[in-house]
Amino acid sequence: MKPPRFEYHRPSTRDEVTSLLAEHGDEAKILAGGQSLVPMLNFRLAHPGHLIDINHLEGESTEPEMNDRWVTFDPLVRHVGAERSAIVEEELPLLFEALRYVAHPAIRTRGTIVGSVAHSDPAAEIPAVLTALGGEMVARSARGQRTLHSDDCFVGPLVNGLEQDEWMEVVRFPRRGPGDGFAFEEFSRRSGDYALCGVAAVARPTPGGMSVSLAYLGVGVTPQSVEVSARPMAEYQHPSFLGELEHLVAAELKPYSDIHATGAYKLFLAVRLGTKAARRAVAMGVPG
Amino acid sequence: MTEKRKISLTVNGESREVDVEPRWLLSDVLRHELGLTGTHVGCEHGVCGCCTVLIDGAPARSCLALAVTIDGSEITTVEGIAEEDGRLHPLQESFQKHHGLQCGFCTPGFLMTAMPFWADAEDMTDDELRKEISGQLCRCTGYSGILASIRGAAAIARERQGER
Repeated sequence: MKPPRFEYHRPSTRDEVTSLLAEHGDEAKILAGGQSLVPMLNFRLAHPGHLIDINHLEGESTEPEMNDRWVTFDPLVRHVGAERSAIVEEELPLLFEALRYVAHPAIRTRGTIVGSVAHSDPAAEIPAVLTALGGEMVARSARGQRTLHSDDCFVGPLVNGLEQDEWMEVVRFPRRGPGDGFAFEEFSRRSGDYALCGVAAVARPTPGGMSVSLAYLGVGVTPQSVEVSARPMAEYQHPSFLGELEHLVAAELKPYSDIHATGAYKLFLAVRLGTKAARRAVAMGVPG
Repeated sequence: MTEKRKISLTVNGESREVDVEPRWLLSDVLRHELGLTGTHVGCEHGVCGCCTVLIDGAPARSCLALAVTIDGSEITTVEGIAEEDGRLHPLQESFQKHHGLQCGFCTPGFLMTAMPFWADAEDMTDDELRKEISGQLCRCTGYSGILASIRGAAAIARERQGER
C-alpha cells in the first residue's frame, strides 16, 4: 500500500508540462488533486516512470471563470472551488447539484474538475455532467492545442480521448440557456460511494414543449446518452412517460452485472432515476 | 530515482524541513519522520478517513497526498488542536463527555474533519451533520455518540468563555 518509485517533476509553467510530456509521454502521469491517482499508486495499479506534479504551476486560477458562452475550469480548480463558486451556482446548476455527490468533503478539497474529466471514470459524476451539457476540453501538446467535444472525451473505462503526449489543459461547460432546466439523481448504497446508477438531465425548450438529454453514469464503459425527443410538458408528468423511457433506456443501455448489482437492477434504476430527473428538469425549465 | 528532496512544512504552527522520497505519503512522513503518530492510517486509499488532517486549513486525506506535492503548506494534526497549556480542545473534551469514542482508532480523523464546522454544529440538522462526516468510518459504529460529541462542543466552548 505504498506508491512505487517514480521520477518526480515539478514544472512551474504550462509550457514545461507540455515539454515534459513530449519527452516522457507514455511513461508519464500528471498529478493534480491525486484523489484517484494516489489510490491507484498505493494499490500499484499505476506505476508511472515519471510523475508530473502540476500543483506548483505559477499564476493558476483556483476558481472557475466565465465568458459569454462558457464556464471554464483551469487545471487547478478544485471541487471545493467549484462548489463555492457563485458562477457555478448561477450558470451551471447541474454541476452545482452533482458536486455534492462527488465522494466526501475531505476529497473535494483536493480533487480537481479537470482531473475528474481526465480520469474518465464511467461511474463518476463530472464526466456525466459534461456529457449531458455537451461541454468541451482543450488538449495541449507540443504539436499545439485541440478542442474535443464531450462525446470524444471519454473513450472507455479510465480511458480518455488524449494522445500520449497531450494533457488536459482546460474543461469548459456551456452556460445555461434561457428556459433550460436541470436535475441530477443517483443511487448508491453508502453516501459518497460510486453510484450503482446516476443520471444528469438537461431539459431544453422546443416549440410548444421541451426535449431532454440524459447522461447516465455507472451503467456503461463511458457516460451513456439517452435523448428524449421534444414533447409537451404535460407528457413528462403523465404516468405513461415511465414506460416510454423504459423503451428508450432498454434500447440504449446495456449495463453489466457486477458484485454490487445485476444489470437488470441497474436498468430498473436507470428508468426510475431517469424519469425522476427528466420530470424535475422539465419542471425547472420554461417551455418554448 | 529515489533521490530525496527537501520540503518545508508548517506542522502545528512549527516550521519543519524534511527530506522525503517523492513517493512518500504525507501520512507516513507525519508518523515516521516527524513522530506524529496521532494521525492514524487505516485503509490507505482514502475511504476510511482516519488519516484526515488539515492541509492549509481544509480537511484532506494525508494518505492521498504525496508529501512532496504539498511542499510549503500548513498542516494541522490532532496533536496541534489542544490548548497550549495542554487543556483539551472543546471538541476533544466533548468527545470525552459524550462518549464519542470506543476503540478510538477513527477519532483523530473525526476530530480533524469536524474542525471547520463544530462551532456551528448545534444548529445543523442530523442530515447536514451526517453529510459532513460521511467520509469517516467508525468500525465500532458509535456514530450516535460522535454526532452528540460534535454537537456538544460549542456548549463547552461557551462554558470556558464564561470562566474567563
